[in-house]
Amino acid sequence: MTRFFNGLLHFRRKAWEMLASVLIAAGVVMLMQPFALALYSWSFVVTLLGTVMFIIVSHFPE
Amino acid sequence: MLKSSVDRVAEATPHAIAGRMRGLSDRTLAWLFVAPSIVLLLAVNIFPLIWTIRLSFTNFRVNRPNAAVEFVGLKNYLNILSDRDIWLTMQATAHFLIWTIVLQVLIGFALAYLINKKFRGNDLWTTIIVLPMMLSPAVVGNFWTFLYQPQIGLFNYAVGFLTGADPSSFSMIGDVALAPWAIVIVDTWMWTPFVMLICLAGLRSIPPSIYEAAECDRASRWRQFWTITIPLVLPFLMLAVLFRGIENFKMFDLVVQLTGGGPGSITELTSINLKREAFEKWRTGYASAYAVILFVTVFGLASIYVKALNKVKQR
Repeated sequence: MTRFFNGLLHFRRKAWEMLASVLIAAGVVMLMQPFALALYSWSFVVTLLGTVMFIIVSHFPE
Repeated sequence: MLKSSVDRVAEATPHAIAGRMRGLSDRTLAWLFVAPSIVLLLAVNIFPLIWTIRLSFTNFRVNRPNAAVEFVGLKNYLNILSDRDIWLTMQATAHFLIWTIVLQVLIGFALAYLINKKFRGNDLWTTIIVLPMMLSPAVVGNFWTFLYQPQIGLFNYAVGFLTGADPSSFSMIGDVALAPWAIVIVDTWMWTPFVMLICLAGLRSIPPSIYEAAECDRASRWRQFWTITIPLVLPFLMLAVLFRGIENFKMFDLVVQLTGGGPGSITELTSINLKREAFEKWRTGYASAYAVILFVTVFGLASIYVKALNKVKQR
């Protein structure tokens, strides 16, 4: 966990890609879950944020 | 002396063109060759995408080309993301997507594993299994509506024969509880062979020497399966899931032919709903915003999936 946060602080690709992937996955789950309309409403913002972040952080150093 | 084909082409090139080409660098020449493809890609893929994003912020209706087009900001997005009907279509799509992928991967891999064994009639069985994949989705949808008929349908008869239930007591495509499963069954029937073929390619790419080494080490069949077969087939399996996932996320023809999105809107997948918004209600701006949401979802998922696939391949 400490290594993950260190990676985020030092702009390491692996940690940021992990964060972006979690955001995308969370966004998709929020989009398709049958439990709360509020989650559905915020799903696109979360997925878009994750996707844009993923594209940007793919250019970070390893 | 025999001339090479390069010399012959050089001689046949008109002097005017040859003179102009002589001054170009290799890099420029490479760009000249690639340029037509890039222009085509921009015209067919990138331009419509940018145009769709632009339209998603307007109230444009394609059936009213002379009406004033107003910029509505994020209104289309907000309307979609608070619409309960669209939320239900997302859930229907999730149900369809998850179950088709799970069933196709399990059955497809099992079939590939069996077909990979040497037995008499192996090729014939492979051909028979692959047949559904070669049919048109419209044809498949049409004849499965007959198979699902409560009175004369073979599917109902088979279920009745196996379970003892009255074949006419249930309707696969007319029942709210059964219709989502009806489309899952048909898609699984049609596309499992595709997953099977990809898995078969993976299984046949495993060198027999690895199994022989495992035999020497007295590894059991079960152990060989989990430590050799599965890890080496996994990249192929993941590729199959990626292809089927993207394809099923935009599933349209088969379901339209089979249920038309009904009964009610229980099997109305996002692509069917999107088509209704765009070409039945003619809300082009709204439908564009809808398409952008779906695009970002698929793009995001595919990005992390390809990343995971590359990681598995590197192992």
